[in-house]
Amino acid sequence: MLSKPQIQVLIIFLIHCLSVHSQEIKTDELETIIIEANQREQLIPVQKLSGKDLERLNSHSVADALRYFSGVKIKDYGGIGGLKTVDVRNMGTHHVGVMYNGMQIGNAQNGVVDLGKFSLDDVESITLYNGERNTIFQSAKEFASASNIYINAKKPHFDKEKKTNAIVRFKTASIQLFNPSFRVEQQLTPNISTSLSSEYIKSNGRYKFRQKKHNLDGTVAYDTTAYRTNSDIEAWRIENGWFGETPKGKWEANLYFYNSERGLPEAFIKKSQETMETEQKLERLWDKNFLAQSSWTHSPFDKYRFQIKGKFAYDYTRYLARNTVVFDDELVTQNLQADNSFFQQDYYLSIAHHYDITNNWDVAVATDLQYNKLNASRKGIQTPFSYPERLSFLTSIASSVNFGKFKAQAHILGTFTKENVKNNQKAPDRSLFTPSLVISFQPFNQKNFTIHSFYKNTYRLPTFNDLYYTNLGDANLKPESTNQINLGFQYQTQNEDAWLKTWKIKVESYYAKVENKIIATPTSSMFRWMMTNLGKVENYGLETNFSTHSKFGKLFLNTNFSYEYTIASDLSTTSSGKTTSYGDQIPYTPWHSGSAIISLDYEKWSLNYSFIYVGKRYNGNKNNIKRNEIQPWYTHDLSLNRTINWKKHTLKASIEANNLLNQYYDVVTNFPMPGRNFRFILSIEL
Amino acid sequence: MKNIITFIILLSTLFLQSCRKDELIYLSDSSTVTIPQPENNIKGFYLLNEGNMGMNSATIDKFDYQMGVYTRDVYSENNPNIVKELGDVGNDIKIYGSKVYATINVSNLVEVFDLHSGKHIKAIHVPNCRYLAFKEGKAYVSSYSGKVAIDPNAEIGFVAEIDTLSLEVIRKVEVGHQPEEMVIHNNKLYVANSGGYRVPAYDTTVSVVDLNNFTLLKNIEVAINLHRMRKDMDGDIYVSSRGDYGKTPSSLYIIDSQADTVKQHLKIPISNMTINEDKLYFFGTPYTHDAGQGKVNYGILNTKTKEIISTHLIQDGTEKNILIPYGLAVNPETKEIFITDAQDYVGTGYIYCFTPNGQLKWRTLGGNIPAHFAFIY
Repeated sequence: MLSKPQIQVLIIFLIHCLSVHSQEIKTDELETIIIEANQREQLIPVQKLSGKDLERLNSHSVADALRYFSGVKIKDYGGIGGLKTVDVRNMGTHHVGVMYNGMQIGNAQNGVVDLGKFSLDDVESITLYNGERNTIFQSAKEFASASNIYINAKKPHFDKEKKTNAIVRFKTASIQLFNPSFRVEQQLTPNISTSLSSEYIKSNGRYKFRQKKHNLDGTVAYDTTAYRTNSDIEAWRIENGWFGETPKGKWEANLYFYNSERGLPEAFIKKSQETMETEQKLERLWDKNFLAQSSWTHSPFDKYRFQIKGKFAYDYTRYLARNTVVFDDELVTQNLQADNSFFQQDYYLSIAHHYDITNNWDVAVATDLQYNKLNASRKGIQTPFSYPERLSFLTSIASSVNFGKFKAQAHILGTFTKENVKNNQKAPDRSLFTPSLVISFQPFNQKNFTIHSFYKNTYRLPTFNDLYYTNLGDANLKPESTNQINLGFQYQTQNEDAWLKTWKIKVESYYAKVENKIIATPTSSMFRWMMTNLGKVENYGLETNFSTHSKFGKLFLNTNFSYEYTIASDLSTTSSGKTTSYGDQIPYTPWHSGSAIISLDYEKWSLNYSFIYVGKRYNGNKNNIKRNEIQPWYTHDLSLNRTINWKKHTLKASIEANNLLNQYYDVVTNFPMPGRNFRFILSIEL
Repeated sequence: MKNIITFIILLSTLFLQSCRKDELIYLSDSSTVTIPQPENNIKGFYLLNEGNMGMNSATIDKFDYQMGVYTRDVYSENNPNIVKELGDVGNDIKIYGSKVYATINVSNLVEVFDLHSGKHIKAIHVPNCRYLAFKEGKAYVSSYSGKVAIDPNAEIGFVAEIDTLSLEVIRKVEVGHQPEEMVIHNNKLYVANSGGYRVPAYDTTVSVVDLNNFTLLKNIEVAINLHRMRKDMDGDIYVSSRGDYGKTPSSLYIIDSQADTVKQHLKIPISNMTINEDKLYFFGTPYTHDAGQGKVNYGILNTKTKEIISTHLIQDGTEKNILIPYGLAVNPETKEIFITDAQDYVGTGYIYCFTPNGQLKWRTLGGNIPAHFAFIY
């Protein structure tokens, strides 16, 4: 273990490194942890985190890891159980398709996928595609979103004669955490293997935060320290995977079950003294998610392949809100109460065909069928529930050409939906057509410089909540649409003889417009909200990535830097005209943001430093005025890993220190994030 | 060399710009909005901005006739040591004696501060507090809170009585579901019950409370989802129904305070109203689920004849600029009409001042959902 002064020296050294590097960013140096996978078919470089790099980032969930990607904004309500949603290029959470093992994780009810729920333990890789995955051989649904995040679960790999792999892990942290997990992989026949993994998480989620305000003369106005409460979580996950290879194809099947109960911490706002002393918070969420999915890819003859995918998902959510407080020696209710349970079913089937017409021209057709249903039971609510059902039919036709220096891919997607309700007005049936075009060009003979561009148009359908939520939903809502144009280039060098093996620079610029954006606004009654299609956002952005990979004897150094500049103007109006915030930067969107990862490997040691910077931005009150301003935040995280071989087993131990400078910050106003905290991980491969 | 120095200075400024600084308290800011009127008896007003839920952004602005200056967010600067400032979601503000009272709904408190210095005196714990009324040294606060019932939101709300000297809650009486505005007449307290948590099973009653023994005398059957309440010079009590945003539109009922019965039903949609002398100023922002936001209707009702004497509050076309009229007040001395614009209820709103004839005098930005006025004498 390092002593405190040693750690301090180390930190100072690293910060120094960082500042030096960032000034020289244009000349040379630095590396790749976030791999811009450069497969042959890749038209547009993607951002990817996988394997060891993913392991040593101080990340607990998929959401934490995604913070290092440029173009991604995470809304984090703090803590392990806190909601974490992701937004790419400021188009809104609903425009990000989250794929788990190739099939979209949906939430027809509210469209929100909580990425904080996805632990990184059994994740092989996370990839972000702006636009779409650069292959035409995919399901129609995969073409449907403005951006896609692919989470791929680990697949079994067997060394030499080994037929069984087993790993046991244990994590604990300075913010209470009890997190054991295991994974077993078994090779059944040379072509069939299976895996079983499970994880349990328990935490009270209690952490300290501090809010301090100063007078103009510099004296302290107030300085308060509080603890986050009602932030406990208990969750359990079990997954079973089956993997098979056939002479002309492969198949895969997954079963997934997640069960959790958590407290929902509220905003840190002013409360009367008696409230703080006597309130009993009973605002909780229960989740049960079951997922069964399978896919089969087969090539019956040369030049032709097909893929069949299917899925069934069942999601149960119960939301309880019954906060009470003492008044006049009596326990009374505090605010609007609820005890609602929701049951969602999602059936999905997709068939995709791919045919090579010539060596450099291929074509693909996919058809998807999806059925979603939402049931509910709500205590004390007498308005009839809609019980909505939606049948979606998606079909796509895509083609790609590859002339060496010039590659292109285009598709057109048709989306057809039919809705049904038991009560209330139903949404009209929709038919939507959306195209996209992706091109990549290599202007010189060297393969290390490419220019690429894409245009993509997508729609997102209103969610069941948007359409049918009691006293809020509006069945006449139109789908939101996005139009995205991207232009970028990539340059990389490779020199196996030099200490600096590779360096790579990638620049993307984009324009994205969201129209008919669905927004909920209150009416003159606090009980009645209305949904409108009056939202509009126009984004311009520049994303840069710079990475290096170098080797000094036994020491490997990898670095990755990203920087992003964004203008996201809120051009929403109301039914009566433009508001005072018209044209302002949309809430929680910084102009400047960036990240840095530096990792060092030396024999069995590895050290990882990561830095995230989110610049000045404005909160949910929208207007870009002083009162709504939120200060920048930046965190320095450090992790140290050591591998120990003991008999036939491999032992891995790591210590992670997060938010080293103990910065008290909010990502979302009034939801304070933890200060300095530590995590300890031990894993044994049996 | 010079260039390099400039570059370094620029770079370091950029770096400092991009770093965190000490958080400062929220500072007020002022605009001169009109010519000074120092001869007025009414010195100005306090205005409560509600702020969005969870944002802790309820603020208080102050207008001063003496200088013709409008100052935003005076509370934080006057009380820099109060942790988390005024609080979350302001709901009502009234002045009684030399103290200002403001109900801060989600913060569960009634903030009491000094009328002249603006300094905090006390925060009185009243959970889910809504509106204020005063009589003979007592403050009355309506509250949605109630005993926990088996069914969510079945609880009966209450009105708390607070002594304005000791600033302690003395008594409490249960009224109807989710009580809103109140009026006191002839030692009786009238409370408009909404039942807003219980859609579509709204409450339909006005509760009458005897102020002597602080008990419920009766519930007057009126209409669904009651909200606003005012009384005129003759003791008639006007109560507005929000309707159900569907088949039942918003309308106005008049209660005879002698018989404690409904004596008249006026089919005027009301979202806010105020009475001065024999005039009831109102506007309605009709909203129905199917048709959405309808055309705003403004007007003045004669409280003697109960007839509409004007279908305008604004005569110069300014209403076109108001997205959602929300707060309403009439200066009892100058008869100037004040209307706030809540915009989209999310961003910064406006305060409009009109002459008694409805000509725009001035307009200025307020805070987040400017809503409630309290005139300073």
